[in-house]
Amino acid sequence: MIGEIKRFLSGDDVVTVKELRKSYNTFPALDGISFSIRKGEVFGLLGPNGAGKTTTIKILSGLSMPASGTAKILGYDVVSNPVIVKKNIGVVPETSNLYPELTCFDNLIFAGRLYGIGTKKVKARADELLHLFSLEEKGDVLFGKLSSGMKRRLTVAASIIHNPPVLFFDEPTTGLDVMSARALREIIQSLKNRGITILLTTHYIEEADRLCDRIAIIVKGKIITIATPEALKKSVSTERAVDVKISPYPPFIEEEFSKITTAVKYEKREDMFRFFINDLNAFLSEISAFIKGKGLSIEAVRTVTPSLEDAFVQITGMKREIMVQEKGGGK
Amino acid sequence: MKDALRSAFFIALKDMKAYYFKPPNISWGMLFPLVFILAFYLRSPVDFAHLIPGLLSLSLLFSTTSMEAIVITFERMTGALERLMLYPVSVTTILVGKISGGACFGITVTIVFLLGLIILFPFHLENPLLFFVSVVISSFTFSALGAFVSVSVKQVFEAQTLANLFRFPMIFLSGVFIPVHSLPSIVKPIAYLMPLTYSIDSIKVSFGYRPQITHPLLSLLVLAVFAFVFLGLSVKILKGRMS
Repeated sequence: MIGEIKRFLSGDDVVTVKELRKSYNTFPALDGISFSIRKGEVFGLLGPNGAGKTTTIKILSGLSMPASGTAKILGYDVVSNPVIVKKNIGVVPETSNLYPELTCFDNLIFAGRLYGIGTKKVKARADELLHLFSLEEKGDVLFGKLSSGMKRRLTVAASIIHNPPVLFFDEPTTGLDVMSARALREIIQSLKNRGITILLTTHYIEEADRLCDRIAIIVKGKIITIATPEALKKSVSTERAVDVKISPYPPFIEEEFSKITTAVKYEKREDMFRFFINDLNAFLSEISAFIKGKGLSIEAVRTVTPSLEDAFVQITGMKREIMVQEKGGGK
Repeated sequence: MKDALRSAFFIALKDMKAYYFKPPNISWGMLFPLVFILAFYLRSPVDFAHLIPGLLSLSLLFSTTSMEAIVITFERMTGALERLMLYPVSVTTILVGKISGGACFGITVTIVFLLGLIILFPFHLENPLLFFVSVVISSFTFSALGAFVSVSVKQVFEAQTLANLFRFPMIFLSGVFIPVHSLPSIVKPIAYLMPLTYSIDSIKVSFGYRPQITHPLLSLLVLAVFAFVFLGLSVKILKGRMS
């Protein structure tokens, strides 16, 4: 089996999904999605809640059966060879669901045992992982007593105890505080550097931009596009824009901006105004004279390059707020 | 096969470590049978010795089924059962592990009750080997029944309630208090469909009573068949929930 996997890994695609479909009652959770993940790549499934991201991970990890289509990992079909597939993947589910009644060390030992690792080796590996994830002080602490960030780290540790070549992260930073989320992103980056192929689902656009080599945008069970973050940004129509911050900010000024002839349109964005323009030099001359004429001053000017969020909004036609909404509350 | 048994062993070990002293397990698995035994002793201390085999079998039924309600239903609620399915083990292996953990709990509780009863009411165990084999096979059968009930529901209290639908009729129809041959002929067939009937019969023989249903070896065989049927049904239900 190891020989077969090595031969397979000499090729390109580690995960291949073709025309995968799945419905819950009459609701189509997956509507014929297809994608492949290359060796050593971090591949992101980006989409709002209910887009089909978790369903995809569940099918790939053998927790759910597809209605039709195929999914292969390292050449093995997830439906007909679930045990071999599970031996070669690690899964970090959305919730940190290790056993709260067991200590951190015992949780890792249990995970290692079920992957068939021997007594001596599994103890050494558990110590190694506790050290790697800065949890060596917590070995004897019950999992249920850990903070959410530590629980997440131990869940990742348990998922890689058998050194899997493929790792799935389902909404890895959902519900974590800023520091824990940052620490987890660094862990994902270090796992990628170790050559592990990673599939991650997220509804945080910034996270996908920062971590993924390629992104599939998934909405209502359909993949709309697959590309690198850079390519997605470039695909946005290059409507030039300038953010201008003025000081002070009198309430009447917003209506007055309609008189600026070099701006196609404008909109209020937090403490700035975004102007969509054609000619940068002409706009800067006009806005400068306009602001000066009103007895105000320009505090900051920034030309805007399209972000992944802009690309997502343009590609999906969805409002950016939809991606900010989170299961069970805000970030 | 060897790997599957090894995995089942670790699952059982983990369940024992994590869940033996969960409150519903203590109340339904240990206190309820204890209260039952005490209640029947206080009611009729003279006839109590005749009830001991049936009460021990009853304690096995309650302790094993209660443990399954915890290890399966509770884990389904917390997502831990789903996590278990991420490991390279089959649904059958997972359930065999869970049933084994429940069976070990039942055996432990029953042995403790037996030792307590021997100290308080000195009696002679005619065939200790038959007693032990009967307890082991019965505990696996009842644990499998508990698994079957637990995979069918979502909450621990639902599992306990549904289990009571099976457990309470068994108390009255399986020969704990009233011998099966003395039951009205209309309910006798129901008694023959209950695994507790065969468990009590074989345990009674180990205490030196004459068999009332069938030869103890046949009783044990029937119990084993029940165990496999419950296991098969549990696997089917759990797999069905996945698809």
